[in-house]
Amino acid sequence: MAHAQDAEYANEPLEFQSAEGRNNILGFWIFIGAEFALFSTLFATYFVLVNRTAGGITADHLFDLPLVLIMTFLLLTSSFTCGLAIHAMRAGKVKQLITWMAITLVLGLGFVGFEIYEFWHYAHEGATLSTSAFWSAFFVLLGTHGLHVSIGIGWIILLLIQVKRRGLTPRTTSKVFIASLYWHFLDVIWIFIFTGVYLMGLGGL
Amino acid sequence: MKWDEFIITGDPLILGAQISILISAIGAVFVLTYFKKWKWLWDEWITSVDHKKLGIMYILIAILMFFRGGIDALMMRTQLAAPNMTFLDSLHYNEIFTTHGTIMIIFMAMPFLIGLMNVVIPLQIGARDVAFPFLNNLSFWTFVIGMGLFNISFIIGGSPSAGWTSYMPLASNELNPGPGQNYYLLGLQISGIGTLATGINMMVTIFKMRAKGMKLMMMPMFTWTTLITSMIIVLAFPVLTIALAEMTFDRLFGTHFFNLTNGGMPMLWANLFWIWGHPEVYIVALPAFGIFSEIITTFSKKRLFGYNAMVYSIVAISVLSFLVWVHHFFTMGSGAVVNSFFSITTMAISIPTGVKIFNWLLTMHKGRITFSTPMLWSVAFIPNFVIGGVTGVMLAMAAADYQYHNTYFLVSHFHYVLIAATVFACFAGFIYWYPKMFGYKLNERIGKWFFWIFVAGFNICFFPQYFLGLDGMPRRIHIYGVEDGWFALNFISTVGAFIMGLAFIILVYNIYYSFRYSPRETTGDAWGGRTLEWATSSAIPPHYNFAKVPEVTAMDPYWDMKEKGIDPNKIDKYEKIHMPSNTAVPFVMGCFMFLAGFGLVFEWFWMGIVGAIGIFACMAYRSFDYNDGYYVSVEEIEETEKRAREAK
Ligand code: HEM
Ligand SMILES: [Cu+2]
Repeated sequence: MAHAQDAEYANEPLEFQSAEGRNNILGFWIFIGAEFALFSTLFATYFVLVNRTAGGITADHLFDLPLVLIMTFLLLTSSFTCGLAIHAMRAGKVKQLITWMAITLVLGLGFVGFEIYEFWHYAHEGATLSTSAFWSAFFVLLGTHGLHVSIGIGWIILLLIQVKRRGLTPRTTSKVFIASLYWHFLDVIWIFIFTGVYLMGLGGL
Repeated sequence: MKWDEFIITGDPLILGAQISILISAIGAVFVLTYFKKWKWLWDEWITSVDHKKLGIMYILIAILMFFRGGIDALMMRTQLAAPNMTFLDSLHYNEIFTTHGTIMIIFMAMPFLIGLMNVVIPLQIGARDVAFPFLNNLSFWTFVIGMGLFNISFIIGGSPSAGWTSYMPLASNELNPGPGQNYYLLGLQISGIGTLATGINMMVTIFKMRAKGMKLMMMPMFTWTTLITSMIIVLAFPVLTIALAEMTFDRLFGTHFFNLTNGGMPMLWANLFWIWGHPEVYIVALPAFGIFSEIITTFSKKRLFGYNAMVYSIVAISVLSFLVWVHHFFTMGSGAVVNSFFSITTMAISIPTGVKIFNWLLTMHKGRITFSTPMLWSVAFIPNFVIGGVTGVMLAMAAADYQYHNTYFLVSHFHYVLIAATVFACFAGFIYWYPKMFGYKLNERIGKWFFWIFVAGFNICFFPQYFLGLDGMPRRIHIYGVEDGWFALNFISTVGAFIMGLAFIILVYNIYYSFRYSPRETTGDAWGGRTLEWATSSAIPPHYNFAKVPEVTAMDPYWDMKEKGIDPNKIDKYEKIHMPSNTAVPFVMGCFMFLAGFGLVFEWFWMGIVGAIGIFACMAYRSFDYNDGYYVSVEEIEETEKRAREAK
């Protein structure tokens, strides 16, 4: 429970210096393990139901590669800027941290915006949650990811306010570091979605 | 929706329950007000982040749920006692076996064990608290909310009736209209989140907060099983989360995951459910094994035989537990190759389990055994569990399973496993750690009555069911005829069930009797224990657990200290201790979860949204909370330690 900084961790980055920070980071890694199990289940569902469109509208009808490429570009870039933000944090530069994180958030918002547009567009073309098992699986998988990204945006905004108020302490840095892990994780999941859902879908799986 | 659809009316059994709930609620409010205990309840319990208090509350509710599930069981057994009974109609019977199964596993067995873990694990590894005390309180409240939501179903709106497995399409809107199934989905969903958080919490606690010197391969067996169980939780519960969410979507938003139409696939539900469900069996079995290991070593006055083999076998069991799920539906057309694979993996589990059985027996071999009540439960566990295990291997033979599937043979098998392992362990652990929690032992003489009567009733109840199963009696039937020839065995079985009910009353009496008359203990080491939890004072050790965190140099550290004549409580100079503050946020968050869950059950989406906003608001509030806890002053520690060691 000691929240004081321990001597033997003095050379580690700030977020690892308190026992609490270290516990939180390990706990969050385990949580990411659970999230992996969660998304694996969604992927499993998706692949089981992938051809079950009940004679209705199919994926390759609607999937649009340029749109998906833009979304991928936005999210991957945001992961990169998020990394730069952590780099700035390690260097103790609050201003840069906030700037890079703000860019990350804008990119993330762009991603969510395109996703909403995509869903709206599909619904317009007659593919909704209740069209067929395939579309149920598609929307729930993508929707869960999109919801995660949105929650991540809200969360990081709260953290930036705290960083602004309190500066870089073992407490704030471990929070920001954890949020960045989360953000990268969502990126990894997106890569699976990009290949497993879109590329395979366009390839006529 | 009409009023009499909302509040269930017209059934005398439910009316009785409603009246008794009302009376006990009024009684509780009266007592708390009369003795001016509201503030105490709030400050000391509801907002507490003390792992021991949270553990005690878990156990209390688990016992309450054991009562509820037990009443369900007795009602079912009454209905089946004789041919052509008319005590329960078919719908009511379905509701009861559903709530019985769900409550017993999700709201009784798991929380009971989690309660014991909460009380014991930090003490056993020499820690001041769990890694995330706030989260611990939140886990508790999500569990209570999930439990509450599930339980009110039988007076508001109607209970689920599709079995605890909720197979589709039986659980779909078409075949199961009304809010019942929604209660199941949301009650499990909410409490499942808390379970996942507990799993993470326990893992970090065990990895990061062990006393200095305690290597992984020196950890007590209960700590080991808790660690592995937590890993299973972290990997298995997300599967349940998604499965439940998908079914919720099917019911509320018209998706087609598990429908028969529009491409949905009912078998997907069966697979997802059991990918979680089978590991779940080990989530309630492994901690039980840990508890028995602790008790058997203590009362044999020997160290655990084959410690390493024990550890490897729980690891092996945990891996295998994810590879056997299809054995729950061999008959649903998976094909010969798939069935064979899962048949073999299932049988493989009996190997590490067998290793453990022999280790326990060899621990007792040549030990100086005392047959106190916790030890009696642990010894009784072995033969009874073996009966359940052997019949499990019989069920694992896919070809033979076509014969027993969905008969009472299965019902008997899983009760033998679940009761002989989990329930016996809950009782054993409860009695064993009771002095740690409350400062005195449960009366041993009454405890022995409880033991013998329960074990006798258990075997009288469930042994005949193997033969009923072989005679072809299917599970989940509510009525049978004279010509079926199942009367005699069923009647015996029902008698056994009521004997268990009687035993439960003896347990409750024992709690009351011991509260009044048991001598209070002063040492903290009630049984001559071997592990660190006995190195603190009782009742409930002070909120900081150890005035000075012990250093560990050997396996069974407290035993080792005693042998070397070291008193861990002899401390020259105390130092102030940092502890976390109490919090009301999880309780408030729980209230919003209830709102959200209740709204979704009745498809009142506005209420669901209000609840969800409340939940997020609590999370945001918490994010800005930089309360750093407080320091326990040296004077307070001196005072507490002195008081703890004085004779009471
Ligand atoms: C203590 C005495 C108990 C008695 C007399 C009892 C009796 C019963 C009965 C009569 C059934 C219904 C069988 C059917 O109609 O198919 C049943 C089902 C079940 N019981 Fe128990 N039970 C007891 C304890 C437990 C415990 C401790 C657990 C779990 C930890 C448990 C878990 C289950 C489950 C999962 C089912 C299946 C429910 C379903 O079919 O959906 N029972 N039990
Ligand atoms: Cu199983």
